[in-house]
Formats: sequence, C-alpha cells, structure tokens
Amino acid sequence: MPADLNAAQQAVRTADPTPGSAKQDPILIIDEVSRSFGGLQAVDVKRLEVQRGVITAFIGPNGAGKTTFFNLLTRFDDPDTGKWQFNGEELSGKLSHSIAQAGMVRTFQLTKSLGKMSVMDNMMLGAQDQKGESLFSALVKGSWKSQERAVEAKATELLGRFNLSHMRDEYAATLSGGQRKLLEMARALMSEPDLILLDEPMAGVNPALVQSLLVHVEALRDEGVSVLFIEHDMDVIMGISDWIVVLAEGRVIAEGTPEQVSQNNVVIDAYLGTSFAEDEGTP
Amino acid sequence: MSNLQLLAGFDMSKLFGDSIRAGINVQSAAFALGAVGLNLHYGFTGLLNVGMVAFMAAGSYGMAIIFTQGLLGGSILLGILGGLVFATIIALLVGIPALRLRSDYLAITTIAIGEVMRISFRSRRLLDITGGPFGLPSIEDRSADISLADRIGRDWNPLFNVDDPTRTFGFWKLAFDGKTLWLMIIGWTIVVLCSLLVWKLIQSPWGRVIKAIREDEDAARALGKNVFSYKLQSLVIGGCIGALAGIVRTLDSGFVESNQFKPQTTFFIWTVLILGGAASKWGPVLGAFLFWFILVFFEELLRQIISSSSDMVFLGLEANDVGRMRLIIMGIMLAALMVWRPQGILGKKEEALLDAR
Repeated sequence: MPADLNAAQQAVRTADPTPGSAKQDPILIIDEVSRSFGGLQAVDVKRLEVQRGVITAFIGPNGAGKTTFFNLLTRFDDPDTGKWQFNGEELSGKLSHSIAQAGMVRTFQLTKSLGKMSVMDNMMLGAQDQKGESLFSALVKGSWKSQERAVEAKATELLGRFNLSHMRDEYAATLSGGQRKLLEMARALMSEPDLILLDEPMAGVNPALVQSLLVHVEALRDEGVSVLFIEHDMDVIMGISDWIVVLAEGRVIAEGTPEQVSQNNVVIDAYLGTSFAEDEGTP
Repeated sequence: MSNLQLLAGFDMSKLFGDSIRAGINVQSAAFALGAVGLNLHYGFTGLLNVGMVAFMAAGSYGMAIIFTQGLLGGSILLGILGGLVFATIIALLVGIPALRLRSDYLAITTIAIGEVMRISFRSRRLLDITGGPFGLPSIEDRSADISLADRIGRDWNPLFNVDDPTRTFGFWKLAFDGKTLWLMIIGWTIVVLCSLLVWKLIQSPWGRVIKAIREDEDAARALGKNVFSYKLQSLVIGGCIGALAGIVRTLDSGFVESNQFKPQTTFFIWTVLILGGAASKWGPVLGAFLFWFILVFFEELLRQIISSSSDMVFLGLEANDVGRMRLIIMGIMLAALMVWRPQGILGKKEEALLDAR
C-alpha cells in the first residue's frame, strides 16, 4: 500500500470488497434504489455506501444503468423505490435543486455550458446562497454588491486553476469541447460541494487534456471533496480511483480497490473481458 | 406615368407626419409595454408565452370592472392595482401547472387562456360585470357619476385647460390635444420605467439565474437553482407589465370590449419584440415605433398612389385592399429581417450566431 495516501484513502482500501459493504465514514448511503423503464430494470441497487474524501468510480458496460443511477440520486429522474442519505440527511423526496444545495452537485455527460452567457457568468452562477438571486434584493444593488465581488474573486481563482482565465469574457458557446468539460467542473466547484458527481468527465476530450482533467480530479480529492465519477476508460479508472463500484444490468456486482476489481472474475466476465477484447479490435 | 409624376402628387408631410404620429402615440406605447413584458418572458427567461393578450385583458378588464362597479371607491390607481392583481392570478393559474412541464406546454396554455378569457368576458352571463358582448363602452362609476376618461383626461390632467379645452401642443403634424399628449406622457413613462426595471433585474444575480434557465434549465437546477420558482417569478412580472399595456390602452380609449383582445394582438407584440431585438434593453421601444411607423407609412403610401392614379387602381389594388396589404408588407419585411438580421435591430449579432451552431 503506497505511503502517501490520506487517512480516508487508507480506510477505504481496507473495506470489505463485497457489494454493499460498509465503509468507515460514508458520505452517501443508498438503500434499495430501483427504477424500471417498462419491462427493463434499469437500476436495482440494494445497498451501497460511498466513502467520504476519496475518488469512487462507477464502471460497467453500456446500458449498465450508471447514468440513470446518477440521475436518480440527483433527482433528474424519479426512482420507483429507495432511500438515500447524504451527510446523514435524508435526500429521497427532495428536488434536484435542494439536493445540489445540500452539497451534492453533478455534471453531465453531454456538457451543459450556458452558451449565450460569458464564461465568467457561467462560473458565478455556481455560487450558492447569493443574496442577489432573490427577486427583491436583486433591485437593491447594495445588498449583494460585496458578495458579488467575493464570488467573482473566487471564480477568477478557479478559472486560473482550470486554465480558462483567457476565456473569461467570451461566450461559453465559443469554448472547445474539452474546455466546456473544464468549465462545467469548475462551475460545479463554485458551489463548494461536499460530493461531486462527474458523469464521464473524460468522454470526448482529447488525450492531452485527459491528463490535466485527471490532475484536477485528484486535486479535488486532496482538498477534501469526495468524488464519484462514471468513466468508460479502464486505464483512467485504474490509475485514479481509490474505490471502484461495478454495475451491470442495474445491479452492483462488485466493489473493491482497483487491484481487487481487476482480479475479480465476475467483473472480468461482465465487463473487462468483453471491453478489453473490443478495445483491441479497434484501431 | 413616370416616377417623378407619381412623386409630384404626394403629400410628403402627411405621409411622414402620420407615420411618426402612429409610432409615438399611446397605442404604440401599449405595444411597447407588451413587448417589454414579453422580452422578460421570451428574450431573457426563454418562456414561450403566446398569450400576452391574456395579461392585457386581465389588466384592462380588472381596472375597468373595479372602476365601474365602484369597488374601492372608483379610484384609478386602485383600479390599476386591481388589474395587476388579476394579471398575477392569471400568471399563477397558468404557470403553476404549465411551468413544471416542457416549454411547449406553456405556449399551448397561454394561447388557450387568452381565448378562454376573451370568450368568457363576451358571455351574456357576465353582462353585469364585463358588459358581455357589448363590453363596457364607457368605463364609468355611475354611483359617483365619474368616467375613467374624464378622470384621467381632465381631472388629473395638468395639460387640461378649462378655459381652452381644445388647445393643442406641438407643431406640424405632431400637434396633440391635451388629453392625448398627457396619455402619451403617462404611457411612455411607464414604458421607460418598466424597461429600466427589467434591465436592472437582468443585470443582477437574479437575472443571471433567469438567463441560465433560458440557456439550459437542467444546468441551473444542477447548480441548486429552483428553476420553477424563477420561471414563475418571471411569468408574473412580465405578465404584470403586459397588464400595464392593456391598462394604458384602456386609459386612452376609455372603453373595453372583448374584440380588443383577439389573438393577433399577441402576434403583433411578438412582431414588435422581434423587430426591435429580443434580449435587448430598448428593442421593444424601437420595435413598437417601427411597427406602427411601417404599418401607417405603407398604408398611407398605397392610399396616395391609388388615389392619384387615374383609374384608382395600383398593381391591381384598390383602396379597400390597403388595410390588408400593409400587414402583408409587414410580414415580408419581418421575414427579410429574419434572413439578414435574425437578432432584430438592437439584438446582439454574436448571440444570434451562437444559436446557429
């Protein structure tokens, strides 16, 4: 076990590598969440605990229900059954904006940059508890001016970190695909989340940018933000994640450290075997 | 007939004078107000409101009913307040169910509520309140023996002179009597105040959320914004501005009648907004001026051409075709504008280009 791991990373590595296992300090506890589309059981997760302060990856073949699961947890879709607790707070039954306000913020597989707004406005939108966002204070500039300046300073700092400073006054629609991914991640960070859910943050990004995105994701963890992300690229996942949850046909079929998961026969059958074979077949 | 001969028979001062007059009169201010409200709905929030006329009707009828029934003491200001409350109720009735759904549902609901209101107001069952099919030809509080037109045009009018009631203000073709000028001042003042109010809101963090909803509702939601609440706020504020449009028009005309609130009024207001440029600060104002200027200009132009030609026909058009022809010309100009300047006259070109990606 590498010596430079933080306490949370070490803790999760000693957790029981079976589906639904208990974690030492879970930030998110999921019970019996299910969703079916007609006859198709898209998600059926009996129990899952997500460790605080580490990077947890969701993997699984296409159609495994990863994105649907994300949508359910953030209430962009309604589960048929299930409960989930975040930071000890019951989130099931809350609406998506309340879930984000509680500190669980997501990004989307297809980036949702707000095209006709400047990059800076995109960033500043992310900040929570802004006084000027309520109708009546909006008309009294004095009531939100100082907060606005603080939000802008923070956005400037984050844009610098994500190498977007030179684009701050441009329309977000003029950004490249990779820059939009960066912007979306940076914007989510403006809300100071406890847990950030990244839906395929590396999809459609050129390989050079993938490295820098990975560095950003690791930096998040090192600042104490818990990260939950969906990713297809196995090499990326193995290098960066502290814990991997494998989904297939809507169920959690395995959990474990990258080493444990890559040696798990169930996983190899369900995902790795076919996936690697396909990868070799494509130029 | 040569072009020069054609021009010689023209009354240029009437042509331009009447057009400018139409562009700045009270009717134009009412359309500008409607477009300011629609600009908040569509230009900034992305709400497809195809029933602006419903809010105008709520404002007009709300004020007229309160005034004629002698409720609240027949005061104009309280009447206006009543119109705004009525518009707010309509906005909530439409918005609470429809704003939870996809944007097209709001379009269907708003166009329907406009017609529902117009046809209900025409109903004979409401004869005592709305005047049914006859409307309220003179908005007056009979118990107190005062009419809305007198109150606003005479009692409250600083430009009204008892000794010389027919005195006019202005010059050339732009001379107005005291009542018209006073209502123009009221109307355009409300237009400017509402434009500034909307602009101030849009420049605030509130406006940032509103624009984010226009761009992508889900993104706003994922960042913790209560999208439904913001859309409802926008619908109510824009709806109240729309109600003011109806109120200004009614203050000017002194009567209400359900046919003033046909669906085409909504589409004229859309034309005004698109001409001037959606999501711009003064687009609705310029749009309203141009809309009425163009309509009257071509009407007058065609009329003069036809009456100066020997057989009273021009390109197969006769004098009574002019009213329809001016709308056709407006439509062609709008289509041409969409091709060459889709952002409208004051809209931002870059933003329109981003849409095309």
